[in-house]
Amino acid sequence: MLHEIDRRAFVKLGLAGGAGALVAACGWDGGNAIRPDLLAVSRLNDWVGEKILFSPSRLARTYSPAERSRSLPSYFISATTPMLKDPRLWRLRVDGLVQRPLELSIEELMRMPRVTYTVKHHCVEGWSGIATWHGAPVSAVVERCVPLATARYIEFVSFDAGYSNGWDWASALHPQTILAYGMNDNPIPAAHGAPLRLYSPIKLGYKLTKYLVSMTFTDRRPGGYWEDQGYPWFAGL
Amino acid sequence: MSDVPAPAPAPTPGLVRRHHWIVRLTHWATVVLLAGMIASGLQIYEAYARFGNRDGPYFPSPFNDAQFPAWSRLGGWLAGALNWHFALMWPLVACGLLYLSYLVASGEWRALMFRPRDLRGAIEMQKYYLGLRKEHPRQGKHNPLQKLAYTFIVVLGVLAVLTGLAIYKPVQFGWLTWLFGGFQAARYWHFWAVWIFIGFTAVHVALVFLVDPASLRAMLTGWYRGRFPSHD
Repeated sequence: MLHEIDRRAFVKLGLAGGAGALVAACGWDGGNAIRPDLLAVSRLNDWVGEKILFSPSRLARTYSPAERSRSLPSYFISATTPMLKDPRLWRLRVDGLVQRPLELSIEELMRMPRVTYTVKHHCVEGWSGIATWHGAPVSAVVERCVPLATARYIEFVSFDAGYSNGWDWASALHPQTILAYGMNDNPIPAAHGAPLRLYSPIKLGYKLTKYLVSMTFTDRRPGGYWEDQGYPWFAGL
Repeated sequence: MSDVPAPAPAPTPGLVRRHHWIVRLTHWATVVLLAGMIASGLQIYEAYARFGNRDGPYFPSPFNDAQFPAWSRLGGWLAGALNWHFALMWPLVACGLLYLSYLVASGEWRALMFRPRDLRGAIEMQKYYLGLRKEHPRQGKHNPLQKLAYTFIVVLGVLAVLTGLAIYKPVQFGWLTWLFGGFQAARYWHFWAVWIFIGFTAVHVALVFLVDPASLRAMLTGWYRGRFPSHD
């Protein structure tokens, strides 16, 4: 009887040790065998984040302008800061599953209801910073373009080397999700996505498409620049 | 360890049933899962190895801008580490809940939870360890210092999960993030939980081998025969 117990113990110890060795394998992202499973769990986490944890009406905390960070890091995918050749010709294209496709100039966006808030920005890397943003709620554009009943996602595309993000419906229509044309009381600087970027304090920074050119309503979940490389798709805070 | 074949399936003298299979399963699963959580966590940490808003001020920490050795990190890069971290969190939390449910359902929490009345016994136990007292104090399944340690580690586990939630969803769980002093503070405590877990494990393993090696077999097989049988 004791022999049997000891043998079982030995097997168990071996299993624990084996798993420990796997964990210690440096820089292991799961390899071709496990990476798909990890991504499948990531999908599950997207679902939990969107359907269970996310409240469409819960607002992110706002701060006073005095609490702004001195600077907010910026990044882009292109080799140099993406800039328009002729900013006057820029329009935001609104298309896809909508009754009324639109082409909106910055002036038209500025005539829409204006949202201004000072909020905390959360980067997936772990840093955070506070800034003020000014813009038109995405919901105002949605109202104007009249999406079809089949529209479930919005794809935001930039002129920064094709950087893009896909958004779930509820997050896009959240009252704090805006098309921002201003930052800290000024027009958005080129480093932060001029002339127009998506902003929302309810998503990680990499979901906030800068240098916008279009928003397309779809019934199929659009990928995204980082999302397609393995970063969580929902990325809701 | 004793290898004497038992003459009959009757209980061997001195051999006592110590750990239920749920305790053993969740114990060893936690070892593996927590190692994975820590390793992927160290990889995640590397992306921004400080605590505080980007332009400071920063929380005091000896690990500012620290790079941890490759063998201690899991995931290869930030996205890989996040996916490991957010996958392993499910079985780890499930283990914790299973373990706590077992403690409550079996009533075994009474043998584990440190209560104020254990304070006297803890002092006596400490005296024994310091050589100020010759006789090992009478004890139940665990001595008062063990109770203190095991209660503490359960509380730490709960705090690690809650600080994790506070930085995973700082808007949906805004009240929790606020409770821990904000996003960066919650991140700070989540990180410190790692070192307390590692410190606890080092002491825990050292004590097993120095004081009561028979307890290792008990945690593997469930059966204990050693120097500290329960006096209950």
